[in-house]
Amino acid sequence: MQIILSHRSGEPLYEQIKTQIRDAIFSGDLAEDELLPSVRGLARDLKISVITTTRAYSDLEAEGLVVSVQGKGCYVLPRNKELARENALSKVEAGLSAAIDAAKAGGITAAEILETLTLLLKEEVL
Amino acid sequence: MTNILELKNFSKSYPGFSIKDVSFTLPKGYICGFVGQNGAGKTTILKSILGFTRPDSGTIELACCAEEIGVVMEAPMYVDEWTVAEVEMNLSPFYPAWDCVAFARYLEQFALDRKKKIKALSRGMKMKIQLAVALSHGAKLLILDEPTSGLDPLARDEVCDLLREFVLDESRSVLFSSHITSDLEKTADYINFLIDGTIVYAGTKDALLEKYVRVAGGLGALSAEQKRCIIGYREHGTGFEGMCERAHLRILPQTLLAEAIALDDIFICMNKGAKLHE
Repeated sequence: MQIILSHRSGEPLYEQIKTQIRDAIFSGDLAEDELLPSVRGLARDLKISVITTTRAYSDLEAEGLVVSVQGKGCYVLPRNKELARENALSKVEAGLSAAIDAAKAGGITAAEILETLTLLLKEEVL
Repeated sequence: MTNILELKNFSKSYPGFSIKDVSFTLPKGYICGFVGQNGAGKTTILKSILGFTRPDSGTIELACCAEEIGVVMEAPMYVDEWTVAEVEMNLSPFYPAWDCVAFARYLEQFALDRKKKIKALSRGMKMKIQLAVALSHGAKLLILDEPTSGLDPLARDEVCDLLREFVLDESRSVLFSSHITSDLEKTADYINFLIDGTIVYAGTKDALLEKYVRVAGGLGALSAEQKRCIIGYREHGTGFEGMCERAHLRILPQTLLAEAIALDDIFICMNKGAKLHE
C-alpha cells in the first residue's frame, strides 16, 4: 500500500490518508486481516501528527473498514462488496457531475454529452 | 489518556512583564509545541517546569522524576572547558539509566568529536551535544528551548525526526518552544500559543489549523462590522488579507478568497491582532 500526501491541496491530511486506505481496501490492494502501519509509525514516516493518523484510523473504524485491536494494531476487515460498490458509484457520480458542469459552461447539449459517453464506453471494455 | 505534565493557573511577574494565568496539559505520547514571539514568556515557563525558578502562583505537576527529564536549553549548562567526553563523564553518574551505547551512537550521528571542548562548538553543535545527553538517559519527557533555531534546514529536519522517533514509545512526551512555525507544523501534536504572557490557544494543532481560514479580497468588499471579524487585517493597494474563524465565513461575502491557512499566517495574524487590541 502507498500513501502519498499533498500539503498544498487544501484537503485535510487525515482525509487524504482515509481516502487512500479506503481505496486500497476496496481495490483489494489491502487484503482482509492485513495489519495497517501503526499510527505512531505512520505519523513518523509521513512527518505528521499522531493525532492526524489516529483520526484517519478511527474514522475508518467507524466506517466499518478496519478494526483496532488493543495493543496489536489496526486490521483490515473483510471487504464489504456493497460498500465497495457504493464507493465506486459515488466516484462515477462525481466524475459525471464534473462533466455536466463543464458541458454547461461550454454550451454542450445533453444529447452531445450522451453521445460522447456512448462513444467512450465503446472504446472501453467494462 | 494520562498527562505527564499539568500547569494550572501559572503566574509570574517581573518588572515590566508578567505571565498571567497559564494553564495547559501535556498527555503522554505526544509532542507539544510552545509558540510565541521572543519575550512572550516561553523560556520562563520552561525554566519553571524544570524547577529553576518558581511561579508566583499556580501549580506545576509532573508525572516523572527529575532524572527522567531530558533538557535542551539555548546555551548548554555544561562547563565551557569540558570536552564532549568529559560531559559524559561528569553527567552520567547523575542518571541511573545512563546508556553509553546510545550516547556513542548519537555522537556519531551528530558528528560530535569526543575531544572537542564545549566552548569550541558551534551553536548547532552545542544544541546537538545537549540532545545527545537528553536522549541517552531514559528520559520520559524532553523539554527543549528553541532546539532548531540557528540550525540549517537539513539539521532542523533531523531534530524534528528525532522528536517523532522519541514518541514512538507512547509513554514519552516532548515539550519544545520554537518560533520556527514550519518545524512546529511538521512535528507538534499540540500547540500552546503565547502572546505577551497569556495563552491565546492551547489544543491540538489540527484543530487550530481547522479553526481559522485565510481570507483575501478587494478593497471595499467588507462592511465595518464584517471587518471586525478579520484577525490581523492588512490593507494594501489592491485589496486586503487576514484570517477569520471558519464559523464567521457565513457572515462574510461569498466572493472572498477563503483557503486553508498555514501556522505561520496564524502566528502573524494573531500577533498583529493582539497589538490592535492594546
